[in-house]
Amino acid sequence: MSYFNPVEVLDRERLEQLQLERLRNTVDRLYQQVPFYRGKLDEVGYRPGDIKSLEDLRKLPFTTKDDLRENYPFGLFAVPLREIVRIHASSGTTGKPTVVGYTAGDIKMWADLVARTIVAAGGTKDDIVHVAYGYGLFTGGLGLHYGAELLGATVLPMSGGNTKRQVRLMVDFGSTILCCTPSYALNIAEVMEEMGVGKEDIKLKSGIFGAEPWSAEMRAQIEERLGLSAHDIYGLSEVVGPGVSIECGEKNGLHVFEDCFIPEIIDPATGEVLPPGERGELVFTNINKEGMALLRYRTRDISRLIPGPCPCGRTHVRMERVTGRTDDMLIIRGVNVFPSQVEAVLMQIPGLSPHYQLVVDRVGSLDVLEVQVEVSPEIFSDEIKELEALQQRIADEIQSYLGVGVKVRLMEPRSIQRSEGKAVRVIDRRKI
Amino acid sequence: MKVRQISVFLENKSGRLLEVCRCLAKAGINIRALSIAETADYGVLRLIVDNPDLAMESLSRELFTVSETEVIAVEVPDRPGGLAEVLQPLYEANINIEYIYCFVEKSGESALVVFRVEQIDQAIGALQRAGFTVLPGEKVYSI
Repeated sequence: MSYFNPVEVLDRERLEQLQLERLRNTVDRLYQQVPFYRGKLDEVGYRPGDIKSLEDLRKLPFTTKDDLRENYPFGLFAVPLREIVRIHASSGTTGKPTVVGYTAGDIKMWADLVARTIVAAGGTKDDIVHVAYGYGLFTGGLGLHYGAELLGATVLPMSGGNTKRQVRLMVDFGSTILCCTPSYALNIAEVMEEMGVGKEDIKLKSGIFGAEPWSAEMRAQIEERLGLSAHDIYGLSEVVGPGVSIECGEKNGLHVFEDCFIPEIIDPATGEVLPPGERGELVFTNINKEGMALLRYRTRDISRLIPGPCPCGRTHVRMERVTGRTDDMLIIRGVNVFPSQVEAVLMQIPGLSPHYQLVVDRVGSLDVLEVQVEVSPEIFSDEIKELEALQQRIADEIQSYLGVGVKVRLMEPRSIQRSEGKAVRVIDRRKI
Repeated sequence: MKVRQISVFLENKSGRLLEVCRCLAKAGINIRALSIAETADYGVLRLIVDNPDLAMESLSRELFTVSETEVIAVEVPDRPGGLAEVLQPLYEANINIEYIYCFVEKSGESALVVFRVEQIDQAIGALQRAGFTVLPGEKVYSI
């Protein structure tokens, strides 16, 4: 088996020893350097040196996105600004952006993580890595870029958008690994088909897709249409960016690089750590980062940790692919609905396009969920009764799978906005 | 004896029908007959044109959702009871009609009616046996 860094196959005992040393150093350093953490740690009665085992992590306070906002912009940095060589930030569409600073050491550590992910996805230095994640404050583009360079691959810094040009250069330059969001990968596949470029005209062998939740059905469709092996990559800028975890060739969960992050699964309501294997909110603690390290950062992503060794040989624990976020969970008439669940239902109906949007509205005091799907030529029937039967079938399947009644609206092809980064799946018109 | 009908999926948005017609106009295609079936959210535009191949190609290229269906065009006497006479043999042959609509142009002294049925071959046979004229596609396109 192939890996980038020998730490990926370190035996568990030594890995946990390394984690403990790094955790102890991180917590004590944050206590000394970051007033916010000193305050929080004082509240729980922490004294430097109190971390004696990995279990002691549970005694530490959580960090939330609100904490980052309240300390905007640089309040959580653990080094003086002159040590910071790079800033990234979230888009801030739902409030103030969250800002992250990296030291020169952090940039190297991050590139190492991303190089590991490319190797796990089957990449080598001989590959041509087509980076179609956005470049800029978003961590996706530059994150993959530095990792691919460290590996020694040839990097195409495409960024997102201008999809026809992406396809042309993919053909001309012979890109072998595509890195972008899954929704953008589908957009690329669609534009390829429109341009008359077949999957035999391109050389893609694998894809590193992430930054938004996607279903297994969507993966199958991307693999089929682009003729590649799709790997889920996970990361978030607050913790480092892409490279927190990656699917290996087994595609049964994503290995969390535990020499840099300690994952936990908690009950989002109570904050209690859940027993191994249970599903809940993912929490990460940075143990190998200088510029900004977060203790028990609540990601709001829902997953579970998969216990036991992986046939690929990596010893690092796996997390299940993220199927939703606690904050894009819709509550429709009391039923919890994740967009990825609706997606899974839609993808099982042959001929439905993977482009969809959910519109939530409140009529009187009742929540109404409208599922907008595009009518492809394959499923278009000349007869209204056939189209109505299709609408009914979609609504019935969603009802039986999710337990919520929906209105299905058939749309013309390409009327749902195409993603060039993160797809907008939900429009909430409820004024609550 | 079958006529090629082109169907276009249209959302109920102002200007969509105009865009279809503009697309056909640009390609120099003449519409011989049309009808629209509608629901609250969308409609299906059904067209018979002089050049079905070119129409399919032009509409697909502009990313309209199109499909082709076979229909029959029948000459119906232009007088009271004319349509009833045509429907009688279909009823007797137990053929269910999905929808019908009329041509703008006449064929000589007769009106031209488009029928969509499931058992298209049986319908053609029943109509011909009853003495009605079922027009071949080529003749309909060039009316």
